[in-house]
Amino acid sequence: MRAFTAILAKDLRVELRTLQSVPAMVLFAVSAFVLFRFGLDRTSLDGSLAAGVLLATVLFAAILAVNRVFVAERDQGGFDAIRLAPVDATALFAAKAAALVVYLVVLEAVTVPVFAIFFLDDWAALLPLALVLLLADLGLAATGALISSLATGSRARDLIVPLVLLPLLVPLMIAAAGAAEPLLAAGGPSYDRVATWLGVLGLYDVIFLLIGYGVFDFVLED
Amino acid sequence: MGDSMTTHTRMTRTRPWTQPSSHWLALRTLSIATFAAIVAAFSLVFFYAPLDADQGFIQKIFYLHVPLGIVALVGFIVAGIHAVRHLRSGDPVHDARSYVSIHISVIFGVAVLVTGSIWARASWGKWWVWDEPTLVSFLIVFLLYATYYPLRYAIEDRDRQARYASVFAIMAGAFVPLNFIAVRLAETLLHPRVFATAEGGMPGSMWLTFLVSLFGIALLWVTLVGFELAAKDASAQLARLRRALQPRPAAGSGRRSSAPATVSAMRKSNARLAGKSRGPRGPE
Amino acid sequence: MTTSTKRDPGVAEARATQAERPPAIRLAGLWREYGERVALEDVSLELAWGESLVVIGPNGSGKTTLLRVLATLLRPSGGEVGVLGARLPREAWRVRGRIGYVGHEPLLYRDLTVAENLRFHARLHGLEAPDARIAELLERVGMARRRGEVVGNLSAGMAQRVAVCRAVLHEPELMLLDEPLAHLDPEASALVDPVIGRAAGRTRVTVTHDFRAGLTEGGHALALGHGGTVAYAGPASGLSLDDAEAIYRGAPG
Repeated sequence: MRAFTAILAKDLRVELRTLQSVPAMVLFAVSAFVLFRFGLDRTSLDGSLAAGVLLATVLFAAILAVNRVFVAERDQGGFDAIRLAPVDATALFAAKAAALVVYLVVLEAVTVPVFAIFFLDDWAALLPLALVLLLADLGLAATGALISSLATGSRARDLIVPLVLLPLLVPLMIAAAGAAEPLLAAGGPSYDRVATWLGVLGLYDVIFLLIGYGVFDFVLED
Repeated sequence: MGDSMTTHTRMTRTRPWTQPSSHWLALRTLSIATFAAIVAAFSLVFFYAPLDADQGFIQKIFYLHVPLGIVALVGFIVAGIHAVRHLRSGDPVHDARSYVSIHISVIFGVAVLVTGSIWARASWGKWWVWDEPTLVSFLIVFLLYATYYPLRYAIEDRDRQARYASVFAIMAGAFVPLNFIAVRLAETLLHPRVFATAEGGMPGSMWLTFLVSLFGIALLWVTLVGFELAAKDASAQLARLRRALQPRPAAGSGRRSSAPATVSAMRKSNARLAGKSRGPRGPE
Repeated sequence: MTTSTKRDPGVAEARATQAERPPAIRLAGLWREYGERVALEDVSLELAWGESLVVIGPNGSGKTTLLRVLATLLRPSGGEVGVLGARLPREAWRVRGRIGYVGHEPLLYRDLTVAENLRFHARLHGLEAPDARIAELLERVGMARRRGEVVGNLSAGMAQRVAVCRAVLHEPELMLLDEPLAHLDPEASALVDPVIGRAAGRTRVTVTHDFRAGLTEGGHALALGHGGTVAYAGPASGLSLDDAEAIYRGAPG
């Protein structure tokens, strides 16, 4: 636990000081919204289109952060330092996943209002939408941390992450979009089957968090 | 300080990547059984199974498409199980089994997508349909496992490559059922429609043909995996022999030697160490 | 003299109980390969507590590999490895936190300050109230005034000095030093030496290119040749400077 907080605090401190991931994610998301506005030729979105545009943008922005989440450890010898200390490998996994969740929450706190301003006529569903996004963030963080750790050891680091992560995230996308679509429906939010999709999202999160907990020892050893 | 000069050579130390294949006889039996089962399945498909009233003859591709899909998916999960055993034991045999299982399943996967497309064309007039959840979830699984190769070959260190590949195989193995649930749910919840799929209400003759076909394809998978494992083992042994026969480079050539120590080199080293303990000597 | 946050076994105490203790390091037939390349071949030695070992050899002879195996950062491909009474790699967890490692990289985060880095390592090792010890160590290596500077702005020599602090922060029983005086000018070396050198009295293994200095220090010596073969293993006095030079020139093992 102490190692988890130490590593998480260290990561957040570095991010605050260098501002490498989060501003890039935010800018990317807003630009993506503009692209979608023109690509779809729509100035207002609802239902499945709104859910799709928002979630796809969050997913792609997340990849920017996932790519970089282990870069300090790899380039500055951080893996060695952590492995030399009496800490569990899973503390590193948990800390990195937690850091990703923080970055994603900050991203969403900024870009969801922007999205609402750009495209939504009805803001009633934003609060339940936040819950959907939070559950999606957990899944994104777990798989992102796992795949990023596999990719740091490889040559084509920046390519491997999006390549492997996207298919892996399809069920997450299905569930998150399934829950978001009724919330953003044209006539006002509906809660039809939202609970089912939240359940699938939760299942996804649990499965990949457990897998990360179980295999990360093998990722760190040499 | 003590030093122990052991005389075991490189060949006994190197771990084989696969088990020694004294299983050529087993492979031959397996091949014959597979051939027999496939011939039986084909005969049943062409001469015994009923002709579908709507779709006609092309419907029979179902007997190829669905068994291929089932066997491929089971193969992916088997690969995940081998990966778990690999991580727990560190034995590269399990890594080889995991790798080959994925390899054959991916090849079967291509066949699933192609036959699925043909079937879609025959049944619904389009080369791809999104409302067949099994086919769609298979596409996603295929896309995921296709990334296994770039991931593996981007990692240079062989031990780490095998370990990370196993981690991937475990993640992907858990992903298969999860993905299937999600896609299926999306179809039934978002587009509630009742399909007259072949799974429901199949007459007995179709069931029999289907099962024989499934059995034959499963045997085919096992046989192909067996052959590929045997081939990998043979080439690994060949590489080991080559290395053992390579002479050590000449003294002072500066080349980093990857050849194993020969016994004569060890004897020389022994003599030097024995000489050293008696007092310093001039450079050799 | 030193403010300790943990108990530090003195050298005299170590020598007194040496007879009952297993050796600090015990290698038997250690070998390590990377794919088809052999980095270490059949290394065997024993090092008692409180003693020092210097490892010399040309580039590519596996010195760094050996050190990393001892530090539990690399798994041995075969052979027996015993460090501080624990069998590696299975019991690596028993050894972590008792080893101080100075490697080629300073293992410091470039975007954090010196003090933040050291506090991070202190937290990883579970040290409570480490600030006093951090301040004292920085003072000893002459980096106290730069504690608020971001590591990325330091020169290699300064970062190396901070790395030395990092390595001894948790008062390890065994020091593993990979060319610890690299990047250091004579003045800096003089500051660092009492912390990690002979005078510190800890069990230590030092990899160095300066075999003249290493061999005259006393203790034990291990000379590795090309392909990680052992060219000499024994008391440092038993290896003449001429032989050591021959090993560097690449005479075959």
